[in-house]
Amino acid sequence: MADVERPFPPGDYDVVVVGSGPGGLQTSYWLRRFGVRHAVLSSDDAPAGMFRRFPVFQRLITWTKPDAPVDRTTREYEWFDHNSLLADEKELKALVPTFMDRAFDLPSRAEMEAGIAAFAERAQLEVRYRCTWESTRHDGEGVVLVTSDGEYSCRAAVFAIGVTEPWRPEVPGIEAASHYVDTNAPERYAGRSVFIVGKRNSGFEVAQGLLPWARSMVLGSPRSVQTDALALSALRVRYLHPYDEYARGGPGTYVLDVTIERIERRGDGFHVVTRGMTWDGTLEFDVDEVIAATGFQTPLRDLPSLGLATVNDGRIPALTPFWESVSLPRVYFAGNTSAGARGLGKRGAGASSTSVNGFRYNARVLAQHIAETLFGREREQPALADPVGFLLHELSAAPELLVQKGYLCRVVVASGGAVADGGIVPLAHFLDAGGEDAIAATVEVDERGGIQPTVYVRRGGDVTEHVLPPHPLHRYEGEPYRRELAAVLSPVL
Amino acid sequence: MRTSTRAVRYKRAVNIGESLGQLALFADMTPAQIEAMVHEHDEDVFAEGQRVLRRGLSGGSFYLILEGDAAVVVDGEERRRLGRGEFFGEISALTGDAPTADVVALTMLRCFVIPASQLERFLLDRPPVMLRLLRAEARRLQTAGEWQT
Repeated sequence: MADVERPFPPGDYDVVVVGSGPGGLQTSYWLRRFGVRHAVLSSDDAPAGMFRRFPVFQRLITWTKPDAPVDRTTREYEWFDHNSLLADEKELKALVPTFMDRAFDLPSRAEMEAGIAAFAERAQLEVRYRCTWESTRHDGEGVVLVTSDGEYSCRAAVFAIGVTEPWRPEVPGIEAASHYVDTNAPERYAGRSVFIVGKRNSGFEVAQGLLPWARSMVLGSPRSVQTDALALSALRVRYLHPYDEYARGGPGTYVLDVTIERIERRGDGFHVVTRGMTWDGTLEFDVDEVIAATGFQTPLRDLPSLGLATVNDGRIPALTPFWESVSLPRVYFAGNTSAGARGLGKRGAGASSTSVNGFRYNARVLAQHIAETLFGREREQPALADPVGFLLHELSAAPELLVQKGYLCRVVVASGGAVADGGIVPLAHFLDAGGEDAIAATVEVDERGGIQPTVYVRRGGDVTEHVLPPHPLHRYEGEPYRRELAAVLSPVL
Repeated sequence: MRTSTRAVRYKRAVNIGESLGQLALFADMTPAQIEAMVHEHDEDVFAEGQRVLRRGLSGGSFYLILEGDAAVVVDGEERRRLGRGEFFGEISALTGDAPTADVVALTMLRCFVIPASQLERFLLDRPPVMLRLLRAEARRLQTAGEWQT
C-alpha cells in the first residue's frame, strides 16, 4: 500500500477524531472552520459506514422535506432537513434532499449514505481509513491513541464511534437468539413465529419489517409502551403497526410488558418463559425464532478500564454539558454518543442528540469549545442593534433551539453598555458558569408537550427564568412578544 | 465503526439494580420490584463540581445517590452534605415549586433519577417507599427545628 498517500500518519496532533460517520465528519468540518489542527481516523474504508448497515429495514425515522417555506441554502431550512450535515458554504448545505427520490419524506439508507459521502467529498474532509483505534492511555496533559498504524498523541481526543455494537441484557439463554443486526433478510422469517425481545426503536423497527413475513409475533420487554411518550417520539413516524394490531384486541401480534425469565432451545425452535410486570403470573411461548432487539452500546474498548464513567448499564459514556467524559479529562464524544450528556432533564421532550439532526449542532458547539478552551481561539461576538428582535427570531426559527430543546441556547451578552451575540452554548453551561450579565433563549417543552419559548436572564450572577406565552404557530415575533421580552430584558439591556 | 456480534458483552458495567437493592429506601423490595424500577427509570452521572439541582429555576427531578457525595448549598454556603442512599429534589418535584437550594456534586456523583412528573405515580405505586421517604422528611424537619432552638 502506498502509505505516503494516506493522510494523517501516526504522530502528534492537536486533536484526534475517531470515526468517519456523520458525527466524526461534522466534528472534523467544524474543527477545521475553527482552525484546530486535527487528524481523523476510521477503521472503515469509506465514510458513513453506519448507513451501509443501519437501519436494517432501510429507511430512517428523521425527516427531510425537499421543499419547504424557506430556501435550502438558509439556516432556517435545517429545521426541514434533519439529515444533512451543516456547513457555512452554500454548496455544502442540504445535500441529503438532492439525493432523495421523494417516495417518502424519510430518506432511505442509500440516500442518507449518498448525502453524507457527498459531504465528505465536496468538503474535502480527509480521513485516514482502515486505521483502527486499539487502545488508549493518558499521557500527562494529553491522550495517546494506539492504532493499527501506530501511535497518535493529542491534547484532546474526540470519539465519534457510534452506539452500534450489539448489546444484550443478562437473560439466561439470550445468547442463542439472533440480534437485530442479523435480521437483514426478512424473507427468512416467512411463515415463522417470532418472539422479539425489546420494545424500543430497534424492536418496533424489526417488528414492522417482519409484519409482511412472519406468521405471528410477540414483542416482550419490561418497560411498558408509553403511548403518550410515543406520540412525541420519532418512532411514531413508522413502526407502530405492530402496536396498532395488538391495541385493537385481536390475536397474532402481541406487545407485552414482561421480564424474560429464560430462553431455551427446544427442537428447531425456542421456548421463552416470561413473567408479567403489571400482572401476576408467567406466560410461556414456543416460537421458531427469537430476536434480541435489546439495543446497542458504544464500542468503548479500553476506556472503561482507564476510569471512563458510563450510564445505561455501561453502554454510553457519562458526559458533561460540553460532551467531555465526567471522569476522563480531554476525552470527548461526538455523534450519537453525545446523548451521554443528559441536559437539565426538565419536564417534556429534550434534545435529539441520538440522531444527526441534534448531534450536528453538538459537534459545532464542541469544536468551538475545544478551539477556545484548549487552543485560545476567541469567539466572535457581533454587536446586535435589536437584541429583542434577534432573540424572538431565534426562538421562532433557530434550528439549534428547535431541535436541541432545552439543551442548547442562544446567548446575548450585555456588558458595559454593549450588546452582542454570544453564540450557541449548552444551557447548563450558561446557567452554571456564572459571568457577565447575559440572556439565554431556549425552547422547552411542558408536561403536556406544549412548546415553551423560555428566556433566562443572568444579572449580577443570579439567573431568573421567564417563560413566554405559547403561540399556535410557534411565531414569537409579533408586537406583544416584543413588549413582553423587552420588559423582561430591561434590567440588563 | 464496524460492529461485530462477537464483541457482545454480557456483563453489566454497573449493576444499578443491585446497587438500589442495598439502599434503605428500597429495603424489603423484591428483586423483581427493583428490576421493574430500573427498567422504568434512568441513572445519571455528574462530574465533580457540576450542579445537579438549581435554586430558583423550574424543573428538576428526584435524585437518589448511588455513589459519591453532594452538597446542599444556599447563597454559596454548604448547609448539608449528602451521600450514598440519601436523596434530594423530592420537595420541588412534589410541590412543583422551584428548588430553594442548589445541590452540587462534590465528587463524581451517580444518581438514580425519577422525573418530577413521574414521582407521584412512583410513590403511590410503592407505599412502603413513600412511608420511608416521609420518615426521612420528618427527621430532616426535626433536625432543622433543633437548629433553630
